[in-house]
Amino acid sequence: MKKFVQVENVGMRFDTKKGPFIALRDIDLTIEKGEFIALIGHSGCGKSTLLNLIAGLTTPTDGVLLCDGREIGGPGPERAVVFQNHSLLPWLTCFENVYLAVERVFGAKEGKPKLKLRTHEALALVGLTHAEQKYPHEISGGMKQRVGIARALSMQPKVLLMDEPFGALDALTRAKLQDELMKICFATKATVVMVTHDVDEAVLLSDRIVMMTNGPSATIGEILKVDLERPRSRLELANDPRYVDYRAAVLSFLYEKQAHDERVAA
Amino acid sequence: MSAITYDKAFEGAAKPVVTIEGTAAAARGGEGAATVPAAANDSAVPAAKVTGRGREWLRGFARATLPPLIGIAVMVGIWYLATLKAGGRLPGPVQTWNAAVVLFSDPFYSNGPNDQGIGWNVLSSLQRVGIGFGIAAAIGIPLGFMLGRFATLSAMVNPIISLLRPVSPLAWLPIGLLVFQKADPAATWTIFICSIWPMILNTAQGVTRVPSDYMNVARVLNLSEWKIFTKILFPAVLPYMLTGIRLSIGTAWLVIVAAEMLTGGVGIGFWVWDEWNNLKVEHIIIAIFVIGIVGLLLEQMLVAIARRFSYE
Repeated sequence: MKKFVQVENVGMRFDTKKGPFIALRDIDLTIEKGEFIALIGHSGCGKSTLLNLIAGLTTPTDGVLLCDGREIGGPGPERAVVFQNHSLLPWLTCFENVYLAVERVFGAKEGKPKLKLRTHEALALVGLTHAEQKYPHEISGGMKQRVGIARALSMQPKVLLMDEPFGALDALTRAKLQDELMKICFATKATVVMVTHDVDEAVLLSDRIVMMTNGPSATIGEILKVDLERPRSRLELANDPRYVDYRAAVLSFLYEKQAHDERVAA
Repeated sequence: MSAITYDKAFEGAAKPVVTIEGTAAAARGGEGAATVPAAANDSAVPAAKVTGRGREWLRGFARATLPPLIGIAVMVGIWYLATLKAGGRLPGPVQTWNAAVVLFSDPFYSNGPNDQGIGWNVLSSLQRVGIGFGIAAAIGIPLGFMLGRFATLSAMVNPIISLLRPVSPLAWLPIGLLVFQKADPAATWTIFICSIWPMILNTAQGVTRVPSDYMNVARVLNLSEWKIFTKILFPAVLPYMLTGIRLSIGTAWLVIVAAEMLTGGVGIGFWVWDEWNNLKVEHIIIAIFVIGIVGLLLEQMLVAIARRFSYE
């Protein structure tokens, strides 16, 4: 398999009033094309920072990041981000929100009818054809997040970066969107990096789970390969011994090896 | 039937806040808002079901209009009693009303520059405010955007604004007279000075408050500067900008009266001064009402525009 995203010896230091704060150190990670990676860890472990580094929204203080053989110098549409809080523009309809992205990526080569068709297709992919002309404040949180996913997918990115995309949703909506995302990724063979703190989400969706140690100066603790054939079914896996083992492995990492030591923290 | 009448009177007197909200909602939503009190009433008083929509609307209308009318009636009453005591030096409500009827029967007469109808006076004041405010908006809003976007520029200009903003705009009037050599542009200049600060400051604040999420979207999509401005910056700043505009218009309308008292010519401020010299105090009271009503209309107009552009 081809190395698609390479994170080489990356470190991130923020200069604060109290002096330098090392968020990440010695991160080495190679992601293959079509792979689904979950970044998991306790809050404050820098997993969102790592995602922002791949997105190019922040520049690393050490090391280098490559995407498809080229250095990541800044954000760009080939690395689409699904933000934690959907980040839809409230003055644009769902259609216009997605169209803004489509127009930016394909506007130079394609005419308006084709761009509109792409927008319709992206919204249809997440099952929101009926809500195209609605404004973000008129739809539910789950629907907003689906528009955010549609916007990201519509750009046909090389990598889809998701920052706790379902964190703010209720359990039922989250499960439904996870299933939809699995289908879409299976169909489009997308490369995905997803930040999560949900162990079930990580095991269900990923090919590999990157587990991070606690911050400050967090790094990659373990990488767990999830060898479950696709398409996966939530119900069947629930009783699958392999699924239970993977889940136990992640839980043991999070709550035994990386348990928050309250005495030290205090 | 009696239950409803009691209910109306009770709620009208005891819950003015509810009534005001109801009015605003009715103005915005029309039918939808009108059904809310109806539904609430249905559950409480089953007899109300037979009264129908028209009666419900009337009830809501009465609840909205009665308390303000009572308030105005009380004010006029106090005014009347106060003028009884003052022994005829202050004109009472009846005297003022009679003078107003005469005045408004011909608001647009013109007997030379110093004797014109009240309509012309109000319009000339509005024109000065419009021009001064318009120039201030044309300069202040773009400047506000720049101050919000570029921190260095903001650091350069902010001390100057902080220094000049607390100065009464009337202090600038002599400078205007000196530079323009005429009263009329000097008054406009004063309006310009007083309306530019709120617009600069509110626009700049709006730009700095654009949620970083939106700017991150712009960065990930790699939008052009023009797209960022039209699709993100401008719509995000618009509510702040409209607040600045509303504050500016309010101040401008306050200042124009004072400025015109000093500069003379045609205008509601000069008219007040003129009627004082003529000792027509009832006209001054009429002018106070007219200035108040025009100010209120300007404010309401801008509130309506701001509501149109609120996205939450």
